[in-house]
Amino acid sequence: MKLLTLNFLTCAIKACKSSPASFPLHPRDVELEIVESDINLPFLKNILPRLMWAELRTIAAELGLPELPETAPTRDHLVEGKEEAKEGEEVDEVPSQTARDLHRVLLETTVKEGKLVCGNCAHEYKVMEGVPNFLLPGHLV
Amino acid sequence: MPDYLVRLVQMHESFRQAELQALADVAELSIEFVKYDNDSPFCIVRLPSDSAAEAIISRSLLSQGIYELWGQGATYDALHNSVKDISSAKWAQYGSVPFRFTLDCFRGTRDQTQQRDIIESFSYLGFNGPIRMRDADASFKVFEEYADKAPEPMYLYLGRFVAASGRDVKTTYDLKKRHYISTTSMDAELALVTANMALAAPGKLFYDPFMGTGGFPIACAHFGAVVCGSDIDGRSIRGTGGSARKGQTGKFDVRGNFKQYGLESQYLGAFVSDLTNTPFRLFQHSNAPSRGGYLDGIVCDPPYGIREGLKVLGTRDMLNDQERTTHQNRYKDAGYIPPKKPYSFTAIQDDILAFAAATLVENGRLSMWMPTANDEDIELVIPTHPCLDVVSVCVQPFNKWSRRLLTYRRKADSEIPAGALEMAKKEYEKGVRADELNNFRRKYFEGFKEFERQRQAPGGDPAKQVDGAKGITGPWREKNGSS
Repeated sequence: MKLLTLNFLTCAIKACKSSPASFPLHPRDVELEIVESDINLPFLKNILPRLMWAELRTIAAELGLPELPETAPTRDHLVEGKEEAKEGEEVDEVPSQTARDLHRVLLETTVKEGKLVCGNCAHEYKVMEGVPNFLLPGHLV
Repeated sequence: MPDYLVRLVQMHESFRQAELQALADVAELSIEFVKYDNDSPFCIVRLPSDSAAEAIISRSLLSQGIYELWGQGATYDALHNSVKDISSAKWAQYGSVPFRFTLDCFRGTRDQTQQRDIIESFSYLGFNGPIRMRDADASFKVFEEYADKAPEPMYLYLGRFVAASGRDVKTTYDLKKRHYISTTSMDAELALVTANMALAAPGKLFYDPFMGTGGFPIACAHFGAVVCGSDIDGRSIRGTGGSARKGQTGKFDVRGNFKQYGLESQYLGAFVSDLTNTPFRLFQHSNAPSRGGYLDGIVCDPPYGIREGLKVLGTRDMLNDQERTTHQNRYKDAGYIPPKKPYSFTAIQDDILAFAAATLVENGRLSMWMPTANDEDIELVIPTHPCLDVVSVCVQPFNKWSRRLLTYRRKADSEIPAGALEMAKKEYEKGVRADELNNFRRKYFEGFKEFERQRQAPGGDPAKQVDGAKGITGPWREKNGSS
């Protein structure tokens, strides 16, 4: 599971959803793997405004990844010194270092094994073979 | 705007127009349907330009190609007059280029001499370039449309080829060649059509809450979307336990399927979860706008309770204290399996809609398959939600039941009247057994007795009613329905 996914996931227990502490889930004892992939600039541009940046920084810090900037970059930060595009001319956009860093964290860093822990109820979700299990045991449904 | 002739395939009829409209939407182009009939593979549309026509058709699964319309008519005289009328200004452009001229007869045939005579009758176009059957610079086609078993065509068109459709990819994604499938994998063609309906495109984020072996996410990834999925059964994602393919027991998993098609970089990953207890965040908590979605599209084929059980987390009966303690003590054990219970068929549909309303971005799409018995009233059972607009309803008829592809659009917040979200609590089927909770399942296993009764009822004309409303064509029903 790629790290970006963690930006969308909270605790599955309904009572936890309303508590800010249930997001993000905290990775614990995790084994990370870097899976290289082609940079997808249109996707980064599209997803950037939807990211919960503060929570992403928290996770990156907890995983001991290089620190992310304090404020979220904007779409313009993702492209290398864009020259003024001439009228009607399509210029191939070059991803900036910011875009490459973001790509590394969100789309190349994957969680292989470990646990995701809710900050509110402390329930642990296991990650097996890169697939986290969010099924709740009988007494919590 | 010029008129174009789309050569459609004559199957999945009710999906065809909706697909073209969706492809125009995804390319942000306007499309106007001048002529469309469910019984004909020829459709005339108005589009801004050749490049627009190519952009739309190149993703289409349910068409073969698009042609610039050069003329049409009920007889060859009428066609020739129409060609002279509409397109004479364009003839000179193609006067000396290598070209190809062919004939396409729908429901009819012409032998070689007839074909040559027909093609020769267009000699006034003045094409003097070399004839090249392969890699011609310009390609022209006469289309003949026959009524069933008629000796003579009833309508004719002449078109200049502009672009071929994307129908070839259905062979690339053919389930027969896919490494890892299960009993309920959607066939590749319809999975790709579903991705088209939901406007999958580069840069977008898509999710399938009932992914199984990942057929829908793969289809969306083919069109450029980044995808993720989940399923209540983790084994289907991780791939332990072999697949539905005969003799296949080794390690095959969803990731392997993405690898097979070279789409791995677009696969975010999958998780095990139940839609009624989803881990997705449904409200935002921090700096972002007060509330808003993050998914561009949701595609799914929820379990019907026939081949794949319709189950959610929970127990059939309330747990007593002792059972609760047992669960509490044992849930961290390696072999612990959370209890599941059958769930209401209508409730899961409304749950999907509510989930879509909470997670889709504005104008994001939900495309969901839903089965129905042919004896039910079609309009009554389309689930609705105040935040979602129904975009299209497409029907795939089977013998006694049909399944439909429902496509919804997430409205912008400004379109949703205040207080609309506080819907009246709906009543769902009550009970603990699958049959009590799922009318479709009960009817299915009873062999659709009511449908049969209605059909055989003297005086009534249920057959006709079924005909129009359910999208079942007459000959098809006569062939298959009476057994």
